[in-house]
Amino acid sequence: MPIVVEKLNYAYMQGSAITKAALTDISLRIEDGEFLGLIGHTGSGKSTFVQQLNGLLQPNSGTVHVDEFDMADKKQRMEGRKLVGMVFQYPEYQLFEESVEKDVAFGVKNMGIGEEEALERAHEAMALVGLAPEKFAAKSPFELSGGEKRRAALAGIIAMKPKYLVLDEPMAGLDPLGRKAILDTIDNLRASLGCAVLMVSHSMDDMADRAERIAVMNGGRLVMEGKTRDVFAQSELLTSIGLDVPQASRLGMELRKRGIDIPENIYEIEEMELALLKLLSKGGRA
Amino acid sequence: MIKDITLGQYFPGNSAIHRLDPRTKLLGMIAYIVIVFLVTKTPVFIIPALFAAICIYLARVPFGYVIRSLKPIRFLLVFMFIVNLFMVRTGKTVIAFWIISITDEAIKQSVYITLRLVLLLVGTSLMTLTTTPIALTDGLERLLMPLSKIHFPAHELAMMMTIALRFIPTLIEEADKIMKAQMARGADFESGNLIKRAKNMIPILVPLFVSAFRRADELAMAMESRCYHGGEGRTRMNVLKFGCGDGVAAAAFAVLTALTIAAQKLIP
Repeated sequence: MPIVVEKLNYAYMQGSAITKAALTDISLRIEDGEFLGLIGHTGSGKSTFVQQLNGLLQPNSGTVHVDEFDMADKKQRMEGRKLVGMVFQYPEYQLFEESVEKDVAFGVKNMGIGEEEALERAHEAMALVGLAPEKFAAKSPFELSGGEKRRAALAGIIAMKPKYLVLDEPMAGLDPLGRKAILDTIDNLRASLGCAVLMVSHSMDDMADRAERIAVMNGGRLVMEGKTRDVFAQSELLTSIGLDVPQASRLGMELRKRGIDIPENIYEIEEMELALLKLLSKGGRA
Repeated sequence: MIKDITLGQYFPGNSAIHRLDPRTKLLGMIAYIVIVFLVTKTPVFIIPALFAAICIYLARVPFGYVIRSLKPIRFLLVFMFIVNLFMVRTGKTVIAFWIISITDEAIKQSVYITLRLVLLLVGTSLMTLTTTPIALTDGLERLLMPLSKIHFPAHELAMMMTIALRFIPTLIEEADKIMKAQMARGADFESGNLIKRAKNMIPILVPLFVSAFRRADELAMAMESRCYHGGEGRTRMNVLKFGCGDGVAAAAFAVLTALTIAAQKLIP
């Protein structure tokens, strides 16, 4: 069963003088096992939306269902929350325990799982994110490097074995190698746990590379939603609301402006290379 | 949730009161407090009350906002009123039944203690409503300046207050974020007994302290890299200057003081 969001409206500080609509009329489904990308620029309501998915914020109107659980209900919310693993921006700031393994096991223990199994699951999760348990388990989380901390925090969520993994800009502030490590970890997870992923990111190239479907937010509204290829085929529209597009799409846009016929739905570098080669060889023959 | 806390209740505006020099407001505040304490006869309270009302009107602050500042001490007010009502034994007995007796002196006492508290609170909150916290610390620093001759750290004190005020919203936001992150990991802050609840705060407090220290460190570094080295010889961007409004305010306070003292003498 998927996560179903229907006609969700939300405003910060509802009822006060400075109330401000943050989300307007959003309907979205997150299917089992899919990789959905969420894009939109700063202040478009992405982070606010993401917090609705595990009930940290509740809608003013509309509904959020995680599987069969209605997130408006307090009891069901607790059950639903166990299914949705939530990795916030800069998750390394949530570390607090005296050792990495204890910190990773924190969430698992909160689910009511015994000490021993919790530690076992923590070690598993640490291995999945590339922190060898025998080396890192007993270390203090405050001794780790920035990238390692980020992975430890990610492991803390993964150990809870969520069915849906929600990541709010998991790569912010990391170098290219660190970014790739996180993305590969996410792919690994999907392969081994089969969880669905909703990832918020500003990097269109990462999105183009990994996401199966993309949702676009602007000014608190969902303005576009569809297969990655169909969304990036509308590069002009994306650019007009101030968003970036993948490198290949940008090149395609510029070439079309100069009258060169490149299909709009090309967004991957390799694809673009083939299309250009084809065009060149045609030109050679003519 | 936690973000809804308002700190420093500044009400933005551009009234004559808003534009007064913060030093005038601080000194005026002290004068007002002294005057309120000078009054010992209930009818005389009309004078400072009227004065406060005129100030609220001039400041164009909604009356409800000022009254709201009384809300946190409403129980204290009621408690003081009742305690005085029953404890004062002097004077004629007005009401008496069972073991309770209330004297006319007691009624007078409790009314004026309550009035005094209300007036004090209304006055001070009017000041914080019309002055930004930064302007207040600025004014305080200038007022304490003469004390730096005897090595009182006036500038350092003001700088500390400014930084603390600056970081309150930041830390609240940070606490909110950490709280949400831990709630997403199944932490529970709403159930259990007192000890369990206190223990449940650890996952919030540890990261919060770590980040507060990190921020303090970064800020110190940023200030030093911009050559900050304390108050000595430091000029400021907005120099406080008394204007004609401040003269008017001073005159108003003089009139208020004279009126109160006269009324206090004349009314039996």
